[in-house]
Amino acid sequence: MSLSVRLSHAFEGASLDLAFEAPPGLTALFGASGAGKTSVVRAVAGLLRPDAGRITLEGTVLFDSDARRNLPPHRRRIGYVFQEPRLFPHLSVRGNLIYGRRFAPRGTDDFDRIVTLLGLSALLSRRPGALSGGEQQRVAIGRALLARPRILLADEPLSALDAARKEEILPWLERLRDEAGLPILYVSHSVQEVARLATTVIELEAGRIARFGPAVEVFSDPAFAPSGSREAGALILARICRHHADGLTELDAGGATLYLPELPQPVGTELRLRLPASDVILSRHRPEGLSALNIVAGKVISIREGHGPGALVAVETRAGQILARLTRRSVTALELAEGTDCHAILKTLSIAPGNVGSG
Amino acid sequence: MDWLGPEEMEALRLSLRVAFWAMLASLPPGLLCAYALARWRFPGRQLLNLLVHLPLVLPPVVTGYLLLITLGRRAPIGAFLDRFGVTFAFHWTGAALAAAIMGFPLLVRAIRLSLEAVDPKLEEAAATLGAPPVWRFLTVTLPLILPGLLAGAVLSFAKAMGEFGATITFVSNIPGETRTLPSAIYAFLQVPGGEASALRLVALSVAIALAALVLSEVLAQRIARRVGGG
Repeated sequence: MSLSVRLSHAFEGASLDLAFEAPPGLTALFGASGAGKTSVVRAVAGLLRPDAGRITLEGTVLFDSDARRNLPPHRRRIGYVFQEPRLFPHLSVRGNLIYGRRFAPRGTDDFDRIVTLLGLSALLSRRPGALSGGEQQRVAIGRALLARPRILLADEPLSALDAARKEEILPWLERLRDEAGLPILYVSHSVQEVARLATTVIELEAGRIARFGPAVEVFSDPAFAPSGSREAGALILARICRHHADGLTELDAGGATLYLPELPQPVGTELRLRLPASDVILSRHRPEGLSALNIVAGKVISIREGHGPGALVAVETRAGQILARLTRRSVTALELAEGTDCHAILKTLSIAPGNVGSG
Repeated sequence: MDWLGPEEMEALRLSLRVAFWAMLASLPPGLLCAYALARWRFPGRQLLNLLVHLPLVLPPVVTGYLLLITLGRRAPIGAFLDRFGVTFAFHWTGAALAAAIMGFPLLVRAIRLSLEAVDPKLEEAAATLGAPPVWRFLTVTLPLILPGLLAGAVLSFAKAMGEFGATITFVSNIPGETRTLPSAIYAFLQVPGGEASALRLVALSVAIALAALVLSEVLAQRIARRVGGG
């Protein structure tokens, strides 16, 4: 386990009390604002001193209230990407990037690699004030990485950016997670970001852990309905098999075949797809004469009724667990119950590009 | 500068020396006080704030007299320091000390204002990048407060050039030792026929003050451009 956190802290009118161990990959701290996500990250960075607890990173004790140990932030070797870029205005992009190098342990020079990875070559001599928001945030990520941290902390690094800038940075974050092998603790309240990036999801509620588990499991759990069930949607993993001439890409998801509008990734790429529950239709019999291309057979494993007219139905399929949002009336009409065989119909075009991430 | 008489020249040279050392010596403690007041919360912070500002509101004569009874040759602290060869009373160093104390509030205020404008979040970011506190200050905070630091230094220098009340009370008006420009102007006005000399020194004082202001303005703009990016 790379990062292990146990802490309790009392704020004015709020408190934090939690413990978790983050497995390798990207661990998303998810929850409403005020749930304590940022405080957890600040405590790991040493910018907040918890009342009690213990935080260890790769065997190093960063904080231990019993042993009265509290490593100052500059000796923790963490990389921190803040919500706002926090670039040094009096230094060039290059000056910002190499700021932490003086304190990093010696090793192979990865300046060029990270500059290329984040697409910063053309910006090196510019001042932060002359960069766009997306460029600034990329520099901030590069600056944190070049300090050779043992973990990357990111506190809503995309929340200040518009959709286009987000789409510009998300692939870089995916590459970091997959190629750099660096554990990442990522704070977000965006379902889409978490669905796309997280290996592990920790849901916080009022300073306590409400849910913890691998992203695919957490997202296919009907009880996990972030900010209202309208945003519910399962994650499935798929691999690109073929690009067809008619503009469709054929994917294999655990033996089930799916078609998506042409994807830019090469054949063989592992992808994760988020299937919004409201875009999934259920049928008792295999439908015929239907325009939708993606039909997967499965078995109902749970039905969760909300307060309104809707219900969230979890279906176990070869592609993984899928969530479908139906009306309670449909559930009754179809006589759906736990164990019922059914077919899930996914509209090809309903999987938005923003919901496609690298595996 | 042959339009200046030897006595006038002496006063000018002495004033420049006194003001230069007053400014230079008050910079480190001024920076420390400004930093403490802007960034730290500690018991006695209000008291420190009060002490720093005291010379601004006290009559200069009172400040000079307080210096005389603490640092004078027969005063306890003064006599003690005298044994180590540190003399303030009736010495140009005393004039520099008096000038430094009178300019201190201006220096601290200018630095403190610019410190408060620097986002502590930048120092936090530097800390997460591995920079220890002193390095954070030198590479992030200091460059960003440079315009304020400069403005404070110029103010302190200008104040030292013009300081009169505390100086004359503490170290008297000894030609060549403690007779700075204002003291010289005062002395020339006390003797018949001294008006011409006094006027020349007045013109000189105005010129130096204006030059200092223009210099600080130009430097501050240049630094602001560099820091502000673009």
